[in-house]
Amino acid sequence: MADKMDKYSILLPTYNERENLPLIVWLIVNAFSESGNDYEIIIIDDGSPDGTQEAAKQLEDIYGTEIIRLRPRPSKLGLGTAYIHGMQHARGNFIIIMDADLSHHPKFIPEFIRKQKEGNFDVVSGTRYIGSGGVFGWDLRRKLISRGANYLTQILLRPGASDLTGSFRLYKKDVLQCLVDACVSKGFIFQMEMIVRARQFGYTIGEVPITFVDRVYGESKLGGSEVVSFAKGLLYLFATT
Amino acid sequence: MTKLTEWIVLAGLAFSLWITLLVDFFPIRISYEAKEVLWPMPVYALIAFGCYSLATIGYRVATFNDCLEASKSLKQEIKDAREDLTRKGYKFD
Repeated sequence: MADKMDKYSILLPTYNERENLPLIVWLIVNAFSESGNDYEIIIIDDGSPDGTQEAAKQLEDIYGTEIIRLRPRPSKLGLGTAYIHGMQHARGNFIIIMDADLSHHPKFIPEFIRKQKEGNFDVVSGTRYIGSGGVFGWDLRRKLISRGANYLTQILLRPGASDLTGSFRLYKKDVLQCLVDACVSKGFIFQMEMIVRARQFGYTIGEVPITFVDRVYGESKLGGSEVVSFAKGLLYLFATT
Repeated sequence: MTKLTEWIVLAGLAFSLWITLLVDFFPIRISYEAKEVLWPMPVYALIAFGCYSLATIGYRVATFNDCLEASKSLKQEIKDAREDLTRKGYKFD
């Protein structure tokens, strides 16, 4: 029973996702054809050299320009501006943000939508840290750093959300607009700032457990520089929110 | 009020309560024995908090879901997606 008024715009910022883009789009289309909600997929490609845009055009031919909307940019310009760019073209009243690399599964989107309606939440955040949520492909060291960093953040900021650095979320469009305008951080700290500022501004946050399938085998994305930027981001938010 | 000021205010309150009890600032009598217990309190509190933190993080690491099922079903879905998209005319290279 889908609400005829609501439309969901999924923003997919991509960079070199030629392999994954058709798969993630197929999974999104699948999820929505089951739930029956109105939706569109906005692909924001930052000038990938690997042919992501050709892949996107093929998908546009298959699924039509009402579903697949290509809004590329000439070069890599960062996540925050990708959201602004995508939002300018979004026709939905809700925005869904997710990674295009298949670590986030679109099968959870109907649960995000259900959760949002349940409490009329301003933000619904996917969480790896509670209930049936979790991660595939992390070793003990990675889990320890993740849990430790999350615990420290919970103690210092009490953000009212269990997963701060995750980027699988649903926002009311005007709420996302306001948050993007207020947030200055880069990278995964940007996701943390978005949810912490949401709490600061008094927005309501719902949570949905998600599984995160890390498919980047053998390459640890969590090095010393990530730990340093996390610490900086945490202190910045500690002092400003 | 930012989180930083909240922490400073709370820490300041706890510290002043502790120090005023130790130096008999209030007109309540605190026995020498009670003070013996009172003065190392901040250290006890830190140790207790540290133990609680380690236990919590340890428990959460141990119970972190591994999502093997999610990875398996994703592999199957990727196969299905490739077949279906090829049927629809998508050219994988």
